[in-house]
Amino acid sequence: MLIALIVAGVIILWFVLTYNSLVALRNRVRNAWHQIDVQLKRRHDLIPNLVNTVKGYMKYEQETLEKIIQARAKAVSAKEMKERAKAEGELSGLLTRLFALFENYPELKANENVLKLQEELTTTENQIAFARQFYNDIVMRYNTKIQSFPTNLIAGMFGFKPEEFFEIPEGEKEAPEVDLSL
Amino acid sequence: MRSFYEVQAANKRKTVLLFLVFIGLITLLGYVFDKAFGGGMVFLPLAFIFAVLYSLFSYFNGHRLVLASLHAREADPNVYEEKVLIDVVHEMSIAAGIPRPRVYVIPDPAPNALATGRNPEDSYVAATEGLLKMLNREELQGVIAHEISHIRNYDILTMTLVASLVGVIAILARWIWHSFYWGERRRREERGGNGIILLIALVLMIIAPILARLLALAVSRAREYLADASAAELTRNPLGLASALRKIAGWKKPMRVANEGTAHLFISDPFRRSLTEKESLLANLFSTHPPIHRRIKLLEEMAGGGR
Repeated sequence: MLIALIVAGVIILWFVLTYNSLVALRNRVRNAWHQIDVQLKRRHDLIPNLVNTVKGYMKYEQETLEKIIQARAKAVSAKEMKERAKAEGELSGLLTRLFALFENYPELKANENVLKLQEELTTTENQIAFARQFYNDIVMRYNTKIQSFPTNLIAGMFGFKPEEFFEIPEGEKEAPEVDLSL
Repeated sequence: MRSFYEVQAANKRKTVLLFLVFIGLITLLGYVFDKAFGGGMVFLPLAFIFAVLYSLFSYFNGHRLVLASLHAREADPNVYEEKVLIDVVHEMSIAAGIPRPRVYVIPDPAPNALATGRNPEDSYVAATEGLLKMLNREELQGVIAHEISHIRNYDILTMTLVASLVGVIAILARWIWHSFYWGERRRREERGGNGIILLIALVLMIIAPILARLLALAVSRAREYLADASAAELTRNPLGLASALRKIAGWKKPMRVANEGTAHLFISDPFRRSLTEKESLLANLFSTHPPIHRRIKLLEEMAGGGR
């Protein structure tokens, strides 16, 4: 009788602890996603400002600037995770390319406003990259946990579902080529 | 390698041990004082109360002492170089998944950096003006990632406490030395002092600071290697930190604002002691930092071996 009670107690305790740790981990995943989201929005806000500031100097790059505006619009309107990751990836590639083109315009590098904007965007880019790195690590841990035995019993019972990774689109992995013959 | 959860747990145990050793040491000093002056239990309870209060004070205010002793000021986002520092600290805190630390600048031309605070929720990163001038963004990222790893691993609490406790032991030892010296002279004039007790007291005075140093060393070389490795993991780029360390190693002049108590907090030895670059048993025991060339080599090997 006593043994039965102890066994039941241990099982209930395990149940409660496991459930709570799953909830905590799922919240960390959501929190990590929120971090990415905040940075992506910040980038969307910064881009029109940047384009307007450099437009006057970069007479021969109107096409690149136009592409950036379009990529931004696509990223803002994207709904699904995959579609969004793709659009944001394109945007990152175009921005890196634009910064590389800055080298051709000494007046731009001398402009304090541009310098500040460039730093803003550089740090936003990095924050997105690191937030994504952290998010994917946490998702990996969460997914592994809800799929392993015996935690998967509780996960299944309460509807803990695996989360999607925020994938790096192929084009962004390597530095984009810059055509300097423009 | 140990996971950082284990490192966190080990650091919390070390912190408790640190308090116990500190309180024990100070109380022992009180006891010796009582014996030497021959008047009942006066200094012992006083010393005990002082040790407990000072421990509490160090726990809550250690980082303020450290930052104030280095003349650190909060970074100014309107200055371009300091804005970059603030941004990089923010980036690396996102990578490590910890709250944003406060960012400080130390007015010193020597390139160096440190982290202090109690826990990731109350943490501080400080870099010297020299560091900001010397490093590019990628290198700065490596250095800051190293400091952020110290924060995430709870190294900062242990290291800050050591700074605060070692500092006060050094002051007390000097102070007691003087009072014994004068007390002894007075007693010799009256009736001749108690020689044996005085001898014990003197030995204790000499041992106390050495003990304090050893405590600090419980903290040192291994955790620097670990923070380097974690930095490489956070940035996914060991070469950034390696290149930063090479530039830092090129600076041969000692830092002006650092002192015995704060030396172990920095990413590289602020005194540029030659012992730091040796790998003997003695060097392992007594130096606060691992040899910088070895750290660079390990980081470069990490880069060579792939992720």
